[in-house]
Amino acid sequence: MDSVELIGMISIIMAGATVGIGAPITAIGEGWAVSRAMEALARQPDAAPVISRTLFIGLAMTESSAIYCFVVSMILIFANPFWNHFASLAGAQ
Amino acid sequence: MNITPDAIVYWQVGPVGITATIVFSWLVMAILVVGSWVVTRNLSTGAFVSPGQLLLEILLDGIRAQIRDVIGTDPDRYLPFIGTLFLFIVVSNVLVIVPGFQPPTGSVSTTSALALCVFAAVPIFGIAARGLRDYLKSYLQPTVLMLPFNLLGEVTRTISLSIRLFGNMMSGTMITATALAIAPLFFPIIMSALGLLIGVIQAYIFSILALVFIASATRAHEEQLAKMPNVKEETIHG
Repeated sequence: MDSVELIGMISIIMAGATVGIGAPITAIGEGWAVSRAMEALARQPDAAPVISRTLFIGLAMTESSAIYCFVVSMILIFANPFWNHFASLAGAQ
Repeated sequence: MNITPDAIVYWQVGPVGITATIVFSWLVMAILVVGSWVVTRNLSTGAFVSPGQLLLEILLDGIRAQIRDVIGTDPDRYLPFIGTLFLFIVVSNVLVIVPGFQPPTGSVSTTSALALCVFAAVPIFGIAARGLRDYLKSYLQPTVLMLPFNLLGEVTRTISLSIRLFGNMMSGTMITATALAIAPLFFPIIMSALGLLIGVIQAYIFSILALVFIASATRAHEEQLAKMPNVKEETIHG
C-alpha cells in the first residue's frame, strides 16, 4: 500500500469519525439546553423574548463545535493538503 | 463539487483572480445600495406609503428593537454597523434560492472579513464609550493574571464567529448538492427550505453576537452610571 492510498483511506475514515463523534455529543448538549429553556418558558411565559434570545445565542455557541467538526471533515475530504501534495508528486512523475 | 466559491475563478486580472465570491458580494452590495436608493428617493409621511418604504421601516424598527433589548439604551449608535452586517448576511443567505447564485458567506474570506470588522469595532466602540484607559483596564479585569486569556478570547471568538457562519452556509450548499445526487425528486426542496431558515437564523446570530461583544466592551461604564441613582436613594432613605 503506497502513501497515497494510505492517506486517502485514513482521511475518509477520520472524516466520518470526526462528524460521527463530534455531532452527537453536541446534539446532546443542545437538546439539554433546549429542554431547560422549555421548562423556563413554561414557568415564565412573560420572559419569552429574553429566554429565546439567550437560547439562540447559547445554541449558536454550542453548535460551533459541531460546525468545526464538519469543516474539518470537509477539509479532509475535499481540500486535503496531504492528499493534494502526494497527488501532485504522483502527477509529476 | 467545491467547498468554497473562491475556487470558481471567472477571469484573471494579472495576479488577482475575480472569483465568484467577489462577483456575488458586489452583486449583493449593489442590490442593497440600489434598492435603498430607489426606495428613499420618494419618502412620504402622508396617507399613501410605498411598499418599499414600509418594508424598510419594518426592518429598521425590528433591528432597532433588537438592539434596544440587548444594549438597553440608545440603539441608533450601533444601528449602522449592526444593521449593515445583518442586512448583508441575510440578503446573501436568502438569495441562495436563486439558481446559480453562490452565497458569498459560504467562503471563509468573506466571513473572516466580516468577523475582522467586528474585531475592530469592539475596541472602537469600547474606547468611544469608556475612554482608552478605562477600556484597557477591562483586560485586567478579575486579576492581571487573566490578561493572556482575555487577549486569547478576543482572537478565538473572532475565528469562531467567521467559521460558524462559513460552516453553516457551506453545509447548506453541500447538503443540497448531496441530496440532488441521492434523491433528486423532492428531497432537495425540503433541504433548501431548511437552508433558508438556517441562513436567516445565522444572520441573526452573527449580528446579535457582534452586538453582545460590543455591549460587553461598553457596558461597565453604563452599569456604573445606572448604579449611581440607587446609591443616592439608599443614602436618602437611610
